[in-house]
Amino acid sequence: MTARRAETATASTLCLRVEDWNGHLPGQHVDVRLTAPDGYQAARSYSLAAPAAGGVDGVLEITVQRLPDGEVSAFLTDDLVVGDRLELRGPLGNWFVWQQDDPAPVLLVAGGAGLVPLMSMIRARDRAHIPTPFRLIHSVRTPDDRIYADELERLAAQPGGPSVTWLYTRTAPQTDKRRPGRLRPNDLNDGSNWTLDAAPTCFVCGPTGFVEEASNHLLAAGHHANRIRTERFGGR
Amino acid sequence: MVNVTRGFRSRRFATDDRLPPGQYLTDGFPVLSAGPTPAVPQDEWSFMVRNGGQVLRSWAWDEFMALDAQDITVDIHCVTRWSRLDTTWRGVAVDDLLADVDTAAEYVLARSYGGYTTNLPLEDLLDGKAWIAYEHDGEDLPPEHGGPARLLIPHLYLWKSAKWIKSLDLVEDDDPGFWETLGYHDYGDPWREQRYQGD
Repeated sequence: MTARRAETATASTLCLRVEDWNGHLPGQHVDVRLTAPDGYQAARSYSLAAPAAGGVDGVLEITVQRLPDGEVSAFLTDDLVVGDRLELRGPLGNWFVWQQDDPAPVLLVAGGAGLVPLMSMIRARDRAHIPTPFRLIHSVRTPDDRIYADELERLAAQPGGPSVTWLYTRTAPQTDKRRPGRLRPNDLNDGSNWTLDAAPTCFVCGPTGFVEEASNHLLAAGHHANRIRTERFGGR
Repeated sequence: MVNVTRGFRSRRFATDDRLPPGQYLTDGFPVLSAGPTPAVPQDEWSFMVRNGGQVLRSWAWDEFMALDAQDITVDIHCVTRWSRLDTTWRGVAVDDLLADVDTAAEYVLARSYGGYTTNLPLEDLLDGKAWIAYEHDGEDLPPEHGGPARLLIPHLYLWKSAKWIKSLDLVEDDDPGFWETLGYHDYGDPWREQRYQGD
């Protein structure tokens, strides 16, 4: 690990330098494995948050949400220090990926830490100066729970930048007109019909309940099932 | 070679001998699927066995419910690394569904509503190792877990237990299914940690 920075009170981004990394696609993940002195091991999957940086030795970024009893997430966010070594396998996953030469517009729908693989797509688009229209809808509990918020605001303000909308489930900023609450059907339709008529590729990532609701709203709005890709994490 | 992670401490549990390598126990029932959950009402559900494209037998929901069912208690293991112990199901043994079928096929392609597929050796579906399950925890199987009915083949990673099952196609060639085409292992034995191609 070459660096770690806090994203929110409970989420941190880890920068990992890997020898001979051959690159990865936006949306892919890695498996991280920890080993105790007695040989006990624990492994978890983490989405890559950005395209690789740093030349031959790739520098990867993962963003880890610290879970209340998460033996791996707590170790990565609290105990690991710069200079420590980890075992890592990847890149993995060839389905929940954005192909940069696909001209179809992209609708990204994230719940909480489900933003991580979608941020990898947004950053890949920005770094390669790809004009494909991107729209992000990110559902969070409160403004303080927004990861990557400053960077997303900066990118959204640029000409040709992605459209970014935050939805709040508990507490919204005073300027926000939307009543806080869970995802509603019209949250995914801004009235412009851009989202439907343009037949975007939809990437939905978050906790299971969120992904179920979001993908059902998208189907009800007329998006075709084969244009909706999902990735879910967590319990029920 | 084992690379010890500085500062990482062991957490061992009494149930470790039932946990395949690289897995952790969960009490919840996480969901893995690639797209939206298909909505398949029971009265529109049917299930077929096919051989070389020819329908050998099929059942509507009511007909399927009239088949002899079994109560099943098994451990399940997902390639995303969670395992659950002693999960309870009710369903029909694949042995009964394939009884007296005469085929030269050695493989099966399981097909689902919504287009999902997964490939399996035929012998792994026989001898009490696989079921078409329609209840979990004493309740109708919820759609996000594969309802109305799913394949249940607990000795392989759970992606082999195709949700929203529509047919079992007996085939001579082992053509990869959905996840298998995308880099996951053709067989998927959790005890040999066959997660990805090449494992």
